[in-house]
Amino acid sequence: MKNKKLKSNLITYGIVLAAFVIVEIMMATGNITSLLKGLLVPLCVYVVLAISLNLVVGISGELSLGHAGFMCVGAFAGAFFSKCMQDVLTVSGVRLFCAILVGAAVAAVFGVLIGIPVLRLKGDYLAIVTLAFGEIIKNIINAFYIGKDSNGFHMTMKDQFSLGMEADGVVILNGPQGITGTPKDATFAAGIILILVTLFIVLNLIDSRDGRAIQSIRDNRIAAESIGIGITKYKLMAFTVSAALAGAAGALYAHNLSTLVAKKFDYNQSIMILVFVVLGGIGNIRGSIIAAVVLTALPELLRGLSDYRMLIYSIILIVIMLFNWAPKALEWRERYLGRFFKKSAEEGE
Amino acid sequence: MAAMLEVKNLGISFGGLRAVNAFDLTIEKGALYGLIGPNGAGKTTVFNLLTGVYKPTDGIIKLDGTEITGKSTVEINKAGIARTFQNIRLFKDMSVLDNVKAGLHNHHPYSFLAGIFHTPTYHRVEKEMDEQAMELLKVFELDKEAHYKASNLPYGKQRKLEIARALATEPKLLLLDEPAAGMNPNETQELMNTIHFVRDHFGMTILLIEHDMKLVSGICEELTVLNFGEVLCQGKTSAVLKNPQVITAYLGE
Repeated sequence: MKNKKLKSNLITYGIVLAAFVIVEIMMATGNITSLLKGLLVPLCVYVVLAISLNLVVGISGELSLGHAGFMCVGAFAGAFFSKCMQDVLTVSGVRLFCAILVGAAVAAVFGVLIGIPVLRLKGDYLAIVTLAFGEIIKNIINAFYIGKDSNGFHMTMKDQFSLGMEADGVVILNGPQGITGTPKDATFAAGIILILVTLFIVLNLIDSRDGRAIQSIRDNRIAAESIGIGITKYKLMAFTVSAALAGAAGALYAHNLSTLVAKKFDYNQSIMILVFVVLGGIGNIRGSIIAAVVLTALPELLRGLSDYRMLIYSIILIVIMLFNWAPKALEWRERYLGRFFKKSAEEGE
Repeated sequence: MAAMLEVKNLGISFGGLRAVNAFDLTIEKGALYGLIGPNGAGKTTVFNLLTGVYKPTDGIIKLDGTEITGKSTVEINKAGIARTFQNIRLFKDMSVLDNVKAGLHNHHPYSFLAGIFHTPTYHRVEKEMDEQAMELLKVFELDKEAHYKASNLPYGKQRKLEIARALATEPKLLLLDEPAAGMNPNETQELMNTIHFVRDHFGMTILLIEHDMKLVSGICEELTVLNFGEVLCQGKTSAVLKNPQVITAYLGE
């Protein structure tokens, strides 16, 4: 059992590494379209987001619809850091590393602050309130103006001219226009490393004392309390780790864009991440990775079909859902693909 | 000898309904004590009061000399009361072994970071937990099913697993809420042996709610009969079961 779990985890790491090697070979031999090349970093970002949301939805069993909010916090914190440190930290790799840490830390703080009130709720109510908090974060960042001059930082919520800066001042965060000119430090390799780190944290957490406590609360809250497991502490732990990882993904995302605006992080984004988690299988980390890759790449690869693109995308979503959950489809799978799926099902157990 | 559990004048009202009133109970260390009564008499409510699920409106509860009235469920478990549930509450998607290891949670700590990085401390403590959990599972003859999902166990074994998980928290007092519910006579007989064994092997004090009179008269040394939230009769099992009031209220002629 222990070995089976370990083997399953190693396969997951292996899939990520194999994808990295294949893409690197394709890039070296020039067999990659510019479209796909532009997609590589976003793919990594969404994989990390899907894994981290699965920690809350699948492992901790709470439906959160505000994941884009944490991504947003991480993206802006990371981009802000890099803009300020552009002259001090000149090595792009180091700067990105620090920016991701900053993004993760700030998102973690927001995770704790939002988690404390929100995690008292259950089910649908929790989902709605997380959705609201996600929107609040987006709108607050949308209203902020921050500039820097020789006297230090200036902040206002009116407009950029109210910052009252000296002549040498630069606007860093420009309200709805967001942050422009973040150094483009994000690389595919950095993305893959972030995925591996995320996997390491999430898989190890699941397979630890704290992870067991989190799952026991998911399975039966009352029984968990009766054996001395504090509900709030472990729910908050899962929520905060998830928020921090989303913040790290956001920071990476910010360093792949020349203009970062808050309105991109709306609830559509949150729902999309949730779709990855649900289609990949709730609680199934490897599934989240595959679903995030397929569903991020698909709309781009279908671009040639222009008008029919979103229609086909939606139909594919429905088909995957049916294939995964419909009793008849499960029966059919059992009969025709029985041997193959049985093997992977055993590993999953 | 000091009593393991001392309850005085315990009561709770839900709105206008007095669910439990003036409930007194003293259980000596190592006793096997039964709580019986007709449906709706307030037996499970007493369990919920003892474990902090409900806060009593009045009265005090002392466990092994320390007052625990009004504490949270988590604190009460740490103080030494563990329970099972009338409708089984296992961690159904976790393995049988992990269910017991969750029960060991507070006795084998390591830090969050040790868990994330799987440090040598993690490996050492997890190994201790595995060994201790397997020992407990062996006692309940569940060791062969250690890696099954808890929900895949047959009913009788699920009940046993719940007891094993409760014992993993190293309690002083074990509360069993209708452990024989839904069991056939053979399983009940086996359960009686298990309960006896738990008492003798772990030196456990046990309080149980049960409707199966064969089990009650077979293993309980003392009984409290509850009717409409109040104590009807209390004392040695043989005497209580002959009490005419108990016979009219609960047992029937």
